[in-house]
Amino acid sequence: MPVGKPGIKTLWWGLWLLGSLALAAWLGMSLLDNDASKSAFLPGAMTHGHHQIELQCSACHDEGFNSQEVLQNACVNCHGEQLADARDSHPKSKFTDPRNANRLANVDARYCVSCHVEHRPELDVGMGVTLPMDMCVHCHQDIGEERPSHQGMAFDTCASAGCHNFHDNLALYEDFLLAHADEPWLSERPRLTPRNLASRMSDADLVALIQGSGTPPADKTVPEHWDGNAHAEAGVACTACHGDADQWVDKPAPLQCAQCHEQENEGFLQGRHGMRLAMELSPMTPSQSVLNMHVEASHRELTCISCHGAHDFDTQKAAVDSCLGCHNDEHSNEYLRSSHHRLWQAEKRGELPPGSGVTCATCHMPRETHGDDVLVQHNQSLTLRPVEKMIRPVCMQCHGLEFAIDALADPHLVEKNFQGKPEHHVPSVDMAVERDKAREGKRGPY
Amino acid sequence: MQYSRTLFATALATLLLSACGGGQESKPAVGIDPQVYTDSLFAVMNADRTNYTKMIIGRLGPAGADSIKPHEYWEDLENGAPLPAQMFRYGAEAVAEVSSDFSYSLQSLWPINSQNAPKTELEKEGLQYIVDNPGKNFYGTEALGDTTYYTAVYPDVAVAAPCAACHNNHKDSPKTDFELGDVMGGVVIRVPM
Repeated sequence: MPVGKPGIKTLWWGLWLLGSLALAAWLGMSLLDNDASKSAFLPGAMTHGHHQIELQCSACHDEGFNSQEVLQNACVNCHGEQLADARDSHPKSKFTDPRNANRLANVDARYCVSCHVEHRPELDVGMGVTLPMDMCVHCHQDIGEERPSHQGMAFDTCASAGCHNFHDNLALYEDFLLAHADEPWLSERPRLTPRNLASRMSDADLVALIQGSGTPPADKTVPEHWDGNAHAEAGVACTACHGDADQWVDKPAPLQCAQCHEQENEGFLQGRHGMRLAMELSPMTPSQSVLNMHVEASHRELTCISCHGAHDFDTQKAAVDSCLGCHNDEHSNEYLRSSHHRLWQAEKRGELPPGSGVTCATCHMPRETHGDDVLVQHNQSLTLRPVEKMIRPVCMQCHGLEFAIDALADPHLVEKNFQGKPEHHVPSVDMAVERDKAREGKRGPY
Repeated sequence: MQYSRTLFATALATLLLSACGGGQESKPAVGIDPQVYTDSLFAVMNADRTNYTKMIIGRLGPAGADSIKPHEYWEDLENGAPLPAQMFRYGAEAVAEVSSDFSYSLQSLWPINSQNAPKTELEKEGLQYIVDNPGKNFYGTEALGDTTYYTAVYPDVAVAAPCAACHNNHKDSPKTDFELGDVMGGVVIRVPM
């Protein structure tokens, strides 16, 4: 046997070994280094709800990959509060009862991932749901017998026709439909509740934060857009955001605003604009979005000042121009041709009272009343999917329930930013009224 | 599971005591009888529910000071308050969040929500038994999934006039002639063996 041949073979084996070791080392380093990309470990692309944080494996898997409970806790940590607020129609507690053991064999609804499988985007039938849309029939197959009005309806229309949702039925339950039957399509005084941030000025801690401490460096001057803005009006000192002369920061950290705007920041971090920051990743940029964005905006980083500006804090700009500066999909672009936009223009010209106009923020960042405070919800993703989540906090501020259900159930109308009338009528309210008539005036003691 | 845990703990304690040579006479392993366990749980549940019905809803509701509005959709009403049956269910759901050592539910042969009709054979038998035998409870064991359960069914009685009136007039109620004192349904308590 020639001497050189085993040597070549050994060399190949050596190269293979070295290559394997190098690959193992690279993978190991990637795994252990928090700042390194984890893309090599992704078993598949993530859904639109999670793709921004897909490289932060620990966001969902924590420290290990062997526990269903760990995954479930991760889901609940981010989504649990919203589900509770929505009075989740199918909470886990409905399925832990042993009498439902046979149902769990079909769909183990104790765990979010039974219906929302990740890393398998080809299974996504919308909203991150990876089960066929006829899943309701597993438990509610008798509905056709109980409700003659439901006979003949297809199994996959329960949650796709604007009538029911698995989790959030706040605007769709029967008594609510009855309570809001016969409402006109537009209320007599369609107007938003005014924000009242200034009312927080009675909070001594907040006032102390606003006043800051110390003095700014001598070479710093008042910025160009300062006069007349909301912070100037409220008496916010330069040092409140930038620190005093000894600790001055030219560009405060993205979350500096949270010192005073805690609730707004909390919502921002829960939404798609802020969720990367919440996971201690770099800020979101439009280039990372799965939606159509303006190319020139691709690398803008999303923090508070991206929309509000660093010193002008212009809420009018933040309500429309900032959104349309990045978003370039049909719904966004059609806004400028919509009646909602015409109302906004009229309000800005002073032809209509404040609160009459409808901006991007009016619908996607609705005003919420918390005790005496009227705050803007900064989680702009909160009511996006399913769209019926918008009915109560958004549409019904100005429109009747029946019109809102019809409008949101018409995907073409949504795409056209509500120019025109709904193509189809969803008979939810009619069915509730008919059924109520059949009660022949029976009313409980309450 | 609860039963076997109790047995295991008792056995372990006995073993440790004998190993210590304390000179005590070994005692037979003792665990709580499942019926005593479920009876005790029901006693607490029933007392709380009756108290809520009479002391809160009765005193502050429309029949009393009229300062709260008991309603199925109480969260959407100003001064709304959960109905006694809902309060009971909230308790069951809260327990399910923290323990799998027992579970309980409110069921009826005439449920307002059809999901609360009896499903298992033992539930059907038990609910019929407590209706046919007023004042008596029903006990049995059943296998659900891969677990065997000790299951007890207790009568749920209309303790106040509004209980019967509300059920009789609810649009989803299949029975409309309940009277005060009637068995309207049953509390089903399950303990994994």
